Amino acid sequence: MTDLTELSEPVAFPQDRSCPYHPPTGYDPLRATRPLARIRLYDGRPAWLVTGHGLARDLLVDPRLSTDPTRSGFPATTPRFVAVRNRKPALLGVDDPRHRTQRRMMIPSFTLRRATELRPRIQEIVDHLLDEMTAQGPPAELVRAFALPVPSTVICALLGVPYADHEFFEAQSRRLLRGPTAEDTQDARDRLYAYLDALIDRKQRQAGEGLLDELVQQRLSEGELDREELTALAMILLVAGHETTANMISLGTYTLLLHPDRLAELRADPSLLPTAVEELMRMLSIADGLLRLATEDIEIAGTTIRAGEGVVFSTSVINRDEDVYPAPDTLDWHRPARHHVAFGFGIHQCLGQNLARAELEIALGTLFERVPTLRLAAPPDEIPFKPGDTIQGMLELPVSW
Amino acid sequence: MRIRIDKDRCIGAGQCALTAPGVFTQDDDGFSTLLPGREDGGGDPLVREAARACPVGAITVSEDD
Repeated sequence: MTDLTELSEPVAFPQDRSCPYHPPTGYDPLRATRPLARIRLYDGRPAWLVTGHGLARDLLVDPRLSTDPTRSGFPATTPRFVAVRNRKPALLGVDDPRHRTQRRMMIPSFTLRRATELRPRIQEIVDHLLDEMTAQGPPAELVRAFALPVPSTVICALLGVPYADHEFFEAQSRRLLRGPTAEDTQDARDRLYAYLDALIDRKQRQAGEGLLDELVQQRLSEGELDREELTALAMILLVAGHETTANMISLGTYTLLLHPDRLAELRADPSLLPTAVEELMRMLSIADGLLRLATEDIEIAGTTIRAGEGVVFSTSVINRDEDVYPAPDTLDWHRPARHHVAFGFGIHQCLGQNLARAELEIALGTLFERVPTLRLAAPPDEIPFKPGDTIQGMLELPVSW
Repeated sequence: MRIRIDKDRCIGAGQCALTAPGVFTQDDDGFSTLLPGREDGGGDPLVREAARACPVGAITVSEDD
């Protein structure tokens, strides 16, 4: 471990990746400073960056770190995050005990068994989209034709959101997560909020069969959730339910196409698929920069994190801790990748992780089975991907076969 | 082997059932529970991995006491 005092100037965080599946090269000094480093956020504010795998697991379960972005002094990695802090958050933005109440209402819909039950439906959706893509191409733009509509269709069915509205909510989610200005992001949030508010109105008049219908009928009417809270829950479930998985499908496909030996190995033995998905989750770490605020002094790793200081978890750096993952920059289906923190850790660990795993296994497995000659339709280094201050993934993925 | 699940702490992530599906499952509320007849872990070496995979440390494993 490098002595923290050796770092004269804190490293800027976040930075853009130069290769979409590796951490930014600008994080090299951070990777060399485990388990804790100092960073400078976009607004000039210093913060702690957790870089070690063991320390990340310890701190992500520590109740002295808050995820409530409405708390004064909560750190931000982009002005967009600040712009949407004027409304009550849900789940990820809420601390226990309220978080616990909300999470417990959600978990029956997101169990491993429920994800397994949804597999035939996910397979149908994937097959249908690949039928359409192969009928219309080659070529195709894989984000629009496949990576985005797979999770978007699945989360709509699960929540009871009409898929007919997908262009609207996908566009607002894009602006929410990477709008050009903070004002644009706030406007997208307000439009999405108004849309979900009206949808909840309709569900109060006539119940359908999704999770939102259940929440309206059983939780809102009983007073266990208030209206603002339910709308905030609907928003995080809808946005997190499609954007994250879409990025994993697009970036996962790109990564596999640039690792032909690993792809051939996977094709030869499809039973490797579940471990391959875990290894891709580790390697790609698309949600890179989990934010927390210390609410009390925390003595840890030979230093003191003071109350009021920001703590950021770089999942891409943590998931490449070479003490835990030897040769961490190498994609390897045979390493035990399962303890990665790509889904987070602690009470906020991804609610939809079992659904995400099912979607990724079926989407990636079926794509390469049905389109065995799939290839990039542009030079790999000319294909645009997302900037460092949002969820990582491909902006476009031109493919042919 | 003695396995204890703190259901008060459980967040229903399902990591235990994913890691050691021969021992753990999730009940109707989504909470971790042991499969009937596997309350002692059935000698499954993945039980300790499942405990380590739990994001909230709700599973403790000890030798028979």
